[in-house]
Amino acid sequence: MTSAQIEIQLIASVVAVACAIPGTFLVLRKMALISDAISHSILPGLVIGFFITHDLSSPLLIILAALSGLVTVILVEFIQKTGLVKEDTAIGLVFPALFSIGIILIAKNANDVHLDVDAVLLGELAFAPFDRLLVDGIDFGPKSLWIIGSILTITVVLLMAFFKELKVSTFDAGLATALGFSPAVLHYGLMSVASVTTVGAFDAVGAILVVALMIAPAATAYLLTNDLKKMLFLSIGFGVLSAISGYWLAHWLDASISGSMTTVLGVLFLLVYLFAPNRGLLSVLYRNKQQRLEVSLLTFLLHLNNHSEVEERHINHLNEHINWQKVRSKSVVDLALKNNMITIDDSIISLTEKGTSFTNKAIDYIITNDDTGIESMKEDFFLFRG
Amino acid sequence: MENKKLAVSVDDLTVAYNYKPVLWDIDLAIPEGVLMAIVGPNGAGKSTLIKSILGIINPIAGSISIYGKPYDEQRKLVAYVPQKGSVDWDFPTTALDVVKMGTYGSLGWIKRPRQKEKKAALEALEKVGMLAFKDRQISQLSGGQQQRIFLARALVQNASIYFMDEPFQGVDATTEIAIINILKELRKSGKTVIVVHHDLQTVPEYFDWVTFLNVKKIATGPVKDIFNDDNLTKTYGINYKVSVQQ
Repeated sequence: MTSAQIEIQLIASVVAVACAIPGTFLVLRKMALISDAISHSILPGLVIGFFITHDLSSPLLIILAALSGLVTVILVEFIQKTGLVKEDTAIGLVFPALFSIGIILIAKNANDVHLDVDAVLLGELAFAPFDRLLVDGIDFGPKSLWIIGSILTITVVLLMAFFKELKVSTFDAGLATALGFSPAVLHYGLMSVASVTTVGAFDAVGAILVVALMIAPAATAYLLTNDLKKMLFLSIGFGVLSAISGYWLAHWLDASISGSMTTVLGVLFLLVYLFAPNRGLLSVLYRNKQQRLEVSLLTFLLHLNNHSEVEERHINHLNEHINWQKVRSKSVVDLALKNNMITIDDSIISLTEKGTSFTNKAIDYIITNDDTGIESMKEDFFLFRG
Repeated sequence: MENKKLAVSVDDLTVAYNYKPVLWDIDLAIPEGVLMAIVGPNGAGKSTLIKSILGIINPIAGSISIYGKPYDEQRKLVAYVPQKGSVDWDFPTTALDVVKMGTYGSLGWIKRPRQKEKKAALEALEKVGMLAFKDRQISQLSGGQQQRIFLARALVQNASIYFMDEPFQGVDATTEIAIINILKELRKSGKTVIVVHHDLQTVPEYFDWVTFLNVKKIATGPVKDIFNDDNLTKTYGINYKVSVQQ
């Protein structure tokens, strides 16, 4: 690997981490779309900042751009509060307006400079190592690494300081208010971080892909865990994974780095969506199938419990008595045998002690909905997991 | 009663949503140590009243005091159980963690919950009979269990005044009895409990104090004195006849 390659992967990874942190909270607050709005509407701030400083990485430019991101949030809320339109409509009204102001400003004034619409929309990570931070002629590495690195540092410090406040105000804004943690302060704090991060990431990955880096890792992590801290770490992990493997995918395909990173994110989400242990599509399908089987098992056990007469318990008469297909009867009988709930003696099925007690407990649970008696059965049976 | 301290006093409170008043010039004095129901039809402003007292909604007029001082200074004396439907139960967190949130108020900004807070949260979970479910993800709990978690979160605040917004909504009979027993215990230990309540039949059995509300305050006082057909009719607007068993 050349040093430029390492630098690109490093920048991409830092960008991914910086995006994943506010992104996690945006996803939990059901505000994913606001990141899309911010990423577009920082454009006028960016352009005005560029006219003043003529430097795409000046702090003033970052501040101005982040401010126009905040203006978006405030305008969206203002329009929404009028009660005339809903939030999604308000977002759809605000950001194209601000974005188009930026486009007009670029077209009018910046035709000759390095600030074109393509660069704004897509960014170009491959050029990042060429813009160096030089102090007294000493090379301190790529400028964009310093910018996004500082943003990430601030984000991490804020996250560690205000983790509990962010958590409670995201989960229960009413309680947060009552406890004295102003949700408005936390909301605008989070929005400021999201705006600043967007601006910092913008140069590297462009306006459209910033959104992917904020939302996709968090959405993927959400499918895998029930713990906010783990969700944060997982989304950071997915971000970094997509940054590095995205880089090599781009290298191999000779294609856009940011495009490849986003593609990896999409594939990661798809894989997790399909294969996640609890919420994944396959596991849900499997669970539904098992639950159907377990209901049949219970019906079957109940039948045995209710009938002592031999002809009702003959294995070959099961089909006509409970009116099931052969395959289903067989899988039910197999499941019951596997769990030692029945014995088959000369083609006559009888409940074992375990089978009787299981049936009684299950009926109790279904009638009373009190699940203290069946705690131990939850491990083996989906049916009792609520 | 005159010698009793006032836990909460509300003076000339008016609250409006989009210029439409939902609470109109409310005066309310809640003595210390009562278990009070707030009753009234839908849209009467019951939840709004609680939220205004807790500073969650800004009134357009009036003032509120908790033991004679503004709410901001008395935050730690007050615990709040919001309506169950007011939060996202798919949030990635456990029962224990939700209960721990009750300790955040006494911690203040930045400081994190430690062993002491965890211990308090576990004790509160035990009180509501939910200790076995402490590591359960909150979406995996039944409606009644979720309500108990919310109650535990309020208990852990160890407050003097408890506000609860419809704690019996969507819970089964066992949970309802468990909750009311805890509320009665709170009253016994001298706490003040204020509950937005819907089921008029159970008012005399559960509560010793009641406030009738319908945008305006209709009446407030001991259940045995004022819980009658007259006030019910005034509040609900129709000729209300519940056979009140005293």
